[in-house]
Amino acid sequence: MTFAQRLTRPGWYRAFLGIALGFGLGTTIVVVIRSLYGWDPVWDQDAIVTVGALIGAPFGYLIGIGCFDYWFRWASGAPTIPEDHSGHGAYSWRDYFRVNTDHKVIGIQYICTTFFFFVCGGLMAMLMRAELAQPGTQFVDPNTFNGLFSVHASLMIFLFIIPVFAGIANYVIPLMIGAPDMAFPRLNALSFWMLPIAGVMMLTSYFAEGGAFATGWTAYAPLSTDTPMGQQFFTLGVQFAGASSIATALNFLVTIITMRAPGMTFWRMPLLVWANFTTSLLVVIATPFIAGSQFFVLLDRTLQTRFFDYQLGGDVLMYQHVFWFYSHPAVYIMMLPGFGIISEVISTHARKPVFGYRMMAFSLVAIVILGFTVWAHHMFVSGMQSWIRIPMMITTMLIAVPTGIKIFSWLATLWRGVIHLRTPMLFALGFITMFTLGGISGIMLAVVPFDIHVSDTYFIVAHIHYVLFGGSVFTIFAGIYHWFPKMTGRMYDEGLGRLHFWLSFVFFNLTFGPMHLVGIDGMPRRVADYAEQYATWNAIISISAFIFGASFLIFLYNMIASWRHGPAAVGNPWRANSIEWQVSSPPPVFNFDEVPTVVAGPYEYGVPGVVHAVFKEKEPAREGAVPAPAGGGGAPPPVDDR
Amino acid sequence: MDERDRVQDDEAKGPPETDPRIAGEKHPVAKMIGIGVLASLVGIAITLWIDWFPEAGSTSANKIDTLYDVLLICSVPVFVLVMTVAIYSVVRFRAKPGDLGDGAPIHGNTRLEVIWVTIPFLMVTALAIYGWITLDDIEAKQPNEMVVNVTGQQFTWTFQYPSEKLDAKELVLPVDRPVDFRIHTKDVIHSFWVPQFRLKSDAVPGLTTTVRVTPDREGNFEVVCTELCGLGHSTMRQFASVVSAGEFRSWVADQKKAAGGGAPAGGGGGQASGPDAAALFTSNGCSGCHTLAEAGATAKVGPDLGKLGKVNAAFIRTSIVDPNAEVTKGYKPNIMPQDFKDKLSKEELDALVKYLLKAQG
Repeated sequence: MTFAQRLTRPGWYRAFLGIALGFGLGTTIVVVIRSLYGWDPVWDQDAIVTVGALIGAPFGYLIGIGCFDYWFRWASGAPTIPEDHSGHGAYSWRDYFRVNTDHKVIGIQYICTTFFFFVCGGLMAMLMRAELAQPGTQFVDPNTFNGLFSVHASLMIFLFIIPVFAGIANYVIPLMIGAPDMAFPRLNALSFWMLPIAGVMMLTSYFAEGGAFATGWTAYAPLSTDTPMGQQFFTLGVQFAGASSIATALNFLVTIITMRAPGMTFWRMPLLVWANFTTSLLVVIATPFIAGSQFFVLLDRTLQTRFFDYQLGGDVLMYQHVFWFYSHPAVYIMMLPGFGIISEVISTHARKPVFGYRMMAFSLVAIVILGFTVWAHHMFVSGMQSWIRIPMMITTMLIAVPTGIKIFSWLATLWRGVIHLRTPMLFALGFITMFTLGGISGIMLAVVPFDIHVSDTYFIVAHIHYVLFGGSVFTIFAGIYHWFPKMTGRMYDEGLGRLHFWLSFVFFNLTFGPMHLVGIDGMPRRVADYAEQYATWNAIISISAFIFGASFLIFLYNMIASWRHGPAAVGNPWRANSIEWQVSSPPPVFNFDEVPTVVAGPYEYGVPGVVHAVFKEKEPAREGAVPAPAGGGGAPPPVDDR
Repeated sequence: MDERDRVQDDEAKGPPETDPRIAGEKHPVAKMIGIGVLASLVGIAITLWIDWFPEAGSTSANKIDTLYDVLLICSVPVFVLVMTVAIYSVVRFRAKPGDLGDGAPIHGNTRLEVIWVTIPFLMVTALAIYGWITLDDIEAKQPNEMVVNVTGQQFTWTFQYPSEKLDAKELVLPVDRPVDFRIHTKDVIHSFWVPQFRLKSDAVPGLTTTVRVTPDREGNFEVVCTELCGLGHSTMRQFASVVSAGEFRSWVADQKKAAGGGAPAGGGGGQASGPDAAALFTSNGCSGCHTLAEAGATAKVGPDLGKLGKVNAAFIRTSIVDPNAEVTKGYKPNIMPQDFKDKLSKEELDALVKYLLKAQG
């Protein structure tokens, strides 16, 4: 291929060309407008970075790498390139670096990308704990420190927990519902390729003048409208992460509603499907609000609008209301998919039907509805109208009821099961205990008088990590271990998996447990330095945090080594019921050579003669039968027939 | 049997005792309840024994501490319940090596599910009512309140006592006198918190927020900013003193004398020296970031202003109004606010420059 051909075909060459052109276009727009207005300087660095680097270049990259080729051709009336399925399946590692429309490839792209940002965010946490190991300033100055916790939280939330769930679901959901792919494979690819933009923006904000954005992931105005350039990397980065998230959620909704296998009624869907269905509702409804809140900030910063300048008619508290109207449901966006994973893992590894299946599904719906009515519990001390605190306290506490249903149902599922304590099960059990603690501290925080005392202290840091690490991340680990054989076709090392669990479980608690104490005792959060009296606990927390961080290396080694050299996995190593386990590991390129028919609920363990799905009439596929390999006469690929 | 029927099917599969793995055991549930009650008692004892809070310094503090104790007493049994069932199940029902069997096909139990919806519902409702009552109690208006205006700015607090016509850099309160804090900010959001009082409120641009406190213990407590307010956020800590009524009156008198006969600080007061530069240094937030031995400032965000070396007045003036003009090696640009040009009057700027020049010795 000549160089010119490379520059015109979708791929990295054209992507870099697109970045250059996009940046050039943005710069030109800025310079032309500024010279027309006669503004000085014409070459304004901040404006060029905003329009050229943060808006023009990302779109150039998306176009260059090939996310829009098909749509552009179709829209312009040019003949579309016939779908030759070259965009399906991955045959070497290079295929993961191309625009690919296969949900399984996209799932792995998501998971690997998000774990990269998880490592980045984790290293920042380590640096923060090094700085906080003793009072005073040791390694980083306060500006860098504020940048560290801001970027840490933003990466963990927008580039790890939310999208890694999208990645796992991308891989598993179509298989689980017996679909050949997602409903909109090209949109799916676009969703993925928008994600690294957000991550790269947040990371490169360190190179912006004045350092990384340093206003926390909450970016409260008016602090965020009045800080150096790095803030813009956040406000625009969030837009790309948010757009990615919304597009994926839409895709899940349509896929789950329209593409279930024959016989799979709503009440026969596995709970992971229910969980992603409800999560996607939350994403589609709530995410536009954070996009809005960040656009307000961006416009205040760049176009001198006055959304948050009270002296000119702005309203500072409006930012918090709009922000939390997304960001509280976001907590459930980060938790409900995990609930789904835990239901699958527990029922499979305890070999028992999920207890109270319908209540489990109803409780997800209840959380979605209640989740929209509690946002102001983040604002009990914000100075908002004081009466709002009472209804918000009550709704917040009521969410404990559906959440409790889930915890108790999982426990009842364990009861009289045949429990195989494999790594996914260990993480599921770890999740139940840690999430219960996080839930309990959540109830405490809902009680206004106590919240007034501990708001913005380390108690909050402890609570959020019990919910998001002991909760969400443990479910992510459970899910990754559980579906690792399916995704890679190889088994992970069980011994290393257990070691990883026990080290993270113990040192997670030693890291975040004491934070409850120092928080109630009076240590505020988001501080680069603290009073002498908290020195001992902080030293203990830091040491635990380092070991906790190191335990992740075991996971990383296990995953990489097992993916390359692990023993081959059979189609259904856990003897599970759901459909994704009834095909080979990894599944055929188009998932099913034959569309399965669902004949019963997903968790009929211990019920003689009942299976979830069959591939041919009256032939149970559950006895480890591996369908014929992909290739010959597979299910029709998802081509649209326009 | 249709799977929908099976989902509704409750205890038809027989009581748990029929499971061979717990057949030899009489009343496993009763046993777990026993263990659970015991563990809960131990857990409650431990959590109540832990000294969670800083010392109580206001009448509200004890109410909030009691509320927390009640929350602990309710929470521990819930956690113990989850742990007991989880651990018991894992120990009892763990698969033997080579066991390929399935668990009991129990799909649900309506009675049990109703119980675990109802009990948590009643519990949280009761706690919410208790929380509401406590909230009304601690926020109730008190007779004979003293109003204190609190103003946050990057990165310091200032206080104003309207009844005494007094501006102060430190917070001093008479013991047992109800205080109505009116909280303001000059720039971004801050949050005013004294951990010993247990109460806090954000300082919000454009709003006046309130906190009602009745200090009931003499002592020195910290005033902490808990809302991220920028670079010097972690250094935005000051002291609050709660003193006897007599000491408070003499402190007020001293302050008025120092400020020059009752005029608020910085208001001129007819003194030859013009504005009080040391006060300006604190009230404009310089001490939030810089070290200056004479002002008792020890923050390390920006350069030590007592060790500027050989500098002239012009340099100091430029550094205040245009901080990016020359940035000291090892520090970053764009960190120091660039609006002092507008914030400070010419006299105030002159006074500060003179003050800082003198500080170089």
